[in-house]
Amino acid sequence: MCLSIPVKVISIEGDYAEVSVAGTVFKAGLQLVEGIVPGDYVLLHAGFAIGKLSLEEAAETIEILSRLGDADQYSEL
Amino acid sequence: MKLVDEFRGSRVVKDLIRAINESATGIYRFMEVCGGHTAAINRFGIKNLLGHNIELVSGPGCPVCVTGTGFIDKAVRLSGDEGNIVVTFGDLLRVPGSISSLEKEKASGADIRMVFSPLDALRIAAEERSRKVIFLGIGFETTAPGTAATVMEAEKSGINNFYVLVSHKFMPPAMEILIRDGTNVNGFICPGHVAAITGSSIFDFIPEQFSIGCAVSGFEPVDILMSVLMLVNQVNRKNPNTAIQYKRAVSREGNITAKKMMAQVFEPVDMYWRGFGIIQSGGMKLRGKYNRYNAELLLNETIKDDCNEGECRCGDILRGLIVPVQCPLFGSQCNPGNPSGACMVSAEGVCNAYFRYGRNE
Repeated sequence: MCLSIPVKVISIEGDYAEVSVAGTVFKAGLQLVEGIVPGDYVLLHAGFAIGKLSLEEAAETIEILSRLGDADQYSEL
Repeated sequence: MKLVDEFRGSRVVKDLIRAINESATGIYRFMEVCGGHTAAINRFGIKNLLGHNIELVSGPGCPVCVTGTGFIDKAVRLSGDEGNIVVTFGDLLRVPGSISSLEKEKASGADIRMVFSPLDALRIAAEERSRKVIFLGIGFETTAPGTAATVMEAEKSGINNFYVLVSHKFMPPAMEILIRDGTNVNGFICPGHVAAITGSSIFDFIPEQFSIGCAVSGFEPVDILMSVLMLVNQVNRKNPNTAIQYKRAVSREGNITAKKMMAQVFEPVDMYWRGFGIIQSGGMKLRGKYNRYNAELLLNETIKDDCNEGECRCGDILRGLIVPVQCPLFGSQCNPGNPSGACMVSAEGVCNAYFRYGRNE
């Protein structure tokens, strides 16, 4: 129900955006978010963008996880 | 796919499982309270990857499941008027009401339409101005802002044949009841998409008042396993807090614009939850200014929200008291093709997930 998927914003017109999910294009309402520009990734839920996704935070999470192979690094979490 | 594949890598999953199993020196019981997590945990077989000393138990995270039979009865009643069009998310169609389901009514000729967004319901209302279009508003804090935005859009564009039958719910009061009733868990895997709206801070009362750890989690296997490791560490260090695993989507404060719209359109109300009864401030109702969009006004009788579930144990399953295989109906009389209760209908329902992904307990 709370299923939301990461989508890329292709273009914006007024309160609506065209967004792409693995090449499939949907229309998404932008009423619930501010400052979105084409190229941003947002979470799409029930026809609305409900938040901007941070590529920097995603990269940081992956970076932390990449150090898990080193037993001393569990303490980071 | 961007932001998905990165969180499914087998090497990271293996590293996480090793880290969890090396760190988990005690007994751990973590509850997820999001249907998306329930589905993902079962779909990816995550329970089977963890040691026997780590139990993952499902809570009341599926909005379709916690919605009372009376809500379906109201929708069925509204669909019986030829002037009405009932518009719903697909999950609700097959949920049994006390006498019928929306699917059965649709098969008998009622005008019931499935959509992915409340905006689709508003579009139908704009096209069918001579009829009343009733959107079934269910879902937690993730979904309610979209309904709020749609109601505001209806007002802005002067569409006055649009109504909402509101059963949106707030998650934290249900979690507090579970804790106060003595649910034996030492950590919560908290719903990432609820928190994308509300911010992680709405869960702070859990570590602060009850010393139980929280990890606000994403939905990919790596996200869930990382959250489990964070919770194991919180228990080991006796340091319960509200950790955010799903940092790419969740902040402490959440989506302020969406929260404002939700608060502008809805106010808290005591609401029935399956398995819980009436939860104080557990639901939302339209504020007075927007009450003309309230579909309850179209009902000329009072229909109770509660459930008569017979042998179905959905309520106990939603509280984490039993697992689906302990229900006498599970897998025989009750299955996805012929569900007895809501937990078997929704793809996020605990019974449905157990049935589809191996009944692994």
